[in-house]
Amino acid sequence: MDFLTLIQILDSTVRLATPLLFACLAGLFSERAGIFDIGLEGKMLAAAFLSAAVAAVTGSVWLGVLAGIFASLLMAGIHGLASITFRGNQLISGVAINFLASGLTILLGQSWFALGGRTPSLTGDGRFGPITLPFAEALAPIPYLGPIYSELISGHSALVYIAVACVPASAWLLYRTRFGLRLRAVGENPAAVDTAGVSVTGIRYAAVAICGVLCGLAGAYLALGLAAGFGKEMTAGRGYIALAALIFAKWRPWYALGATMLFGFLEAVGNRFPNIEIGMISLPSQFMQALPYVLTVVILAGFVGKATPPRAGGQPYVKER
Amino acid sequence: MTAMPKWADAVLVPLISLLIAFVISGLVILAIGEDPVAAMKLMVTGALGSTYGWGYTLYYATNFIFTGLAVSVAFQAGLFNIGGEGQATLGGLGVAMACLFIPWPHWSLALIAAVTMSALFGAAWAAIPAYLQAKRGSHIVITTIMFNFIASALLVYLLVNVLRPVGSMDSASARFGEVMALPRLHDILGLVGIPFNNRNPANISLLIALAACVGVWVLMWRTRLGYQMRAFGKSEKASVYAGINPVRITMYAMLISGGLAGMMAINTVMGEAGRLLMNSVEGAGFIGIAVALMGRSHPVGVFFAAILFGFLYQGGAELALWTKIPRELIIVIQALVILFTGALDDMVRRPVASLFLMLQRRKA
Repeated sequence: MDFLTLIQILDSTVRLATPLLFACLAGLFSERAGIFDIGLEGKMLAAAFLSAAVAAVTGSVWLGVLAGIFASLLMAGIHGLASITFRGNQLISGVAINFLASGLTILLGQSWFALGGRTPSLTGDGRFGPITLPFAEALAPIPYLGPIYSELISGHSALVYIAVACVPASAWLLYRTRFGLRLRAVGENPAAVDTAGVSVTGIRYAAVAICGVLCGLAGAYLALGLAAGFGKEMTAGRGYIALAALIFAKWRPWYALGATMLFGFLEAVGNRFPNIEIGMISLPSQFMQALPYVLTVVILAGFVGKATPPRAGGQPYVKER
Repeated sequence: MTAMPKWADAVLVPLISLLIAFVISGLVILAIGEDPVAAMKLMVTGALGSTYGWGYTLYYATNFIFTGLAVSVAFQAGLFNIGGEGQATLGGLGVAMACLFIPWPHWSLALIAAVTMSALFGAAWAAIPAYLQAKRGSHIVITTIMFNFIASALLVYLLVNVLRPVGSMDSASARFGEVMALPRLHDILGLVGIPFNNRNPANISLLIALAACVGVWVLMWRTRLGYQMRAFGKSEKASVYAGINPVRITMYAMLISGGLAGMMAINTVMGEAGRLLMNSVEGAGFIGIAVALMGRSHPVGVFFAAILFGFLYQGGAELALWTKIPRELIIVIQALVILFTGALDDMVRRPVASLFLMLQRRKA
């Protein structure tokens, strides 16, 4: 493999990792506040659909992004209502949200555009174009460093840079602010937070809302950046991969960057080389597709490092115990 | 909360939830510019108006009984098995193994082998997440989700590279022998003189599903193991204190659950397709969750909920055929049923409970 191929694979790694990174950080906020969320997939799908629909109608990519965030927030609202207010089972609520998004997007898409569940293809201002960073052209001829800057770092869409910026922002919010401390405490020991006079419900709703916004960005990027429009089931299990990345990252923002980049890299390599030959053995493409899931199971099994979820995860908070 | 009689908990609350789900689905149909009443009529006549419709309804229901029972058994033991999809995929592989390589002289022998193999394969696929949950404390929901994806990748690999007959473009296994075709419901009912349409895939697997319902009931409510599983599901700490081994119970519950999910494959793979196809499970593993929630994890409830979802599936197919409403409407209904009977259960239950409390006070 020559240097240019490597750069191309890494470039596509960054693009494929972006939706995973958004969704992974979304799950991070929710789960750190003690709300399990297996509905990341559904929220992304709903966001991808509405963002593509609005962008197609208005021709404005940013209105599309806003619509995507709105759709995802609606789903997050249902999840919050079920798991915080009515103390229902958070896992079941997540499953319901995934199916709701899967069905509604096709139903509404067919009724609005009659294209078999797709939205019209986006062109021009309807989708994200690449942003060329300063001096990218000028620096390109420099060996090694030039291509790294002009191909790998420059030339992505705005949401890619926003996603990367979300990592330090999340780390700062979670570990350096009062809100972050409370959010993490709510996920570990909600009773203690309650005793201190802080509303557990309020913090949890805030976490679920942040999760909604980030999932909205993930979905919008899928439909407006990675593809040019919405297609049936276009998330294709990315919500679950993000969940896997979250466990891989042990519920930490910087690790999330690493984990999503790793999973994005696996996908990029799988796309580029359907069959990989290592010495005598030939690895089929299905092996590459299954690898993130296998790795997650291995991590969960505790054979490579231990992933400890937030202690109060999945339990509704009842004031009187 | 003691004011609520048992029947209200088992029947009334799920029915109200179902009603809410249907009303919202009706609003969705209205929103896309179709007539919900006409749609409902079409679904009923399409799914229940003829023995042809009933055949498909019962065929789908057979799948959902198996997956619903699978989720129920795990629920009773306090485990959420979301991996029915993967376990049923592996079950299909088991059926293919039983039917492809041994020239059985009669379908009944092949059926016994297929039931055994599908249950074994399904159970094996559930065994790893179960072991990891029991021994290493890894969350079973996450591991079973991961195993769904791994199962589908594995199946694609095997169908494309191993099981596909030489020269075939279709990623499917070879056809099973003619002898192994299972008797259809048409043939069985014909023996007792009941006329039944023969252009539908309902087959003898339905009887196996019914037997599985009885079997699960006996297991859960009439055996020591079932008692231990239910106790473990109610309170892990108390059951451990009472000397119940948590590792053993988790393993047994998941093995039985996986086995039941795997057995679904005899209906789809052996009963209908007669060969192993790429996507023979078609989400039935997930519908099992809705069925188990709706049926309150009891075999009788699961049976009726499975019939309901069988009706929705067949009715939905009819809708897609005759109106502009896409088939995916069923997914929305399924989502709403899961939402209201599962996650928002408390929202429905609280008003009902306070209503009964009020009635009781008035009497006193």
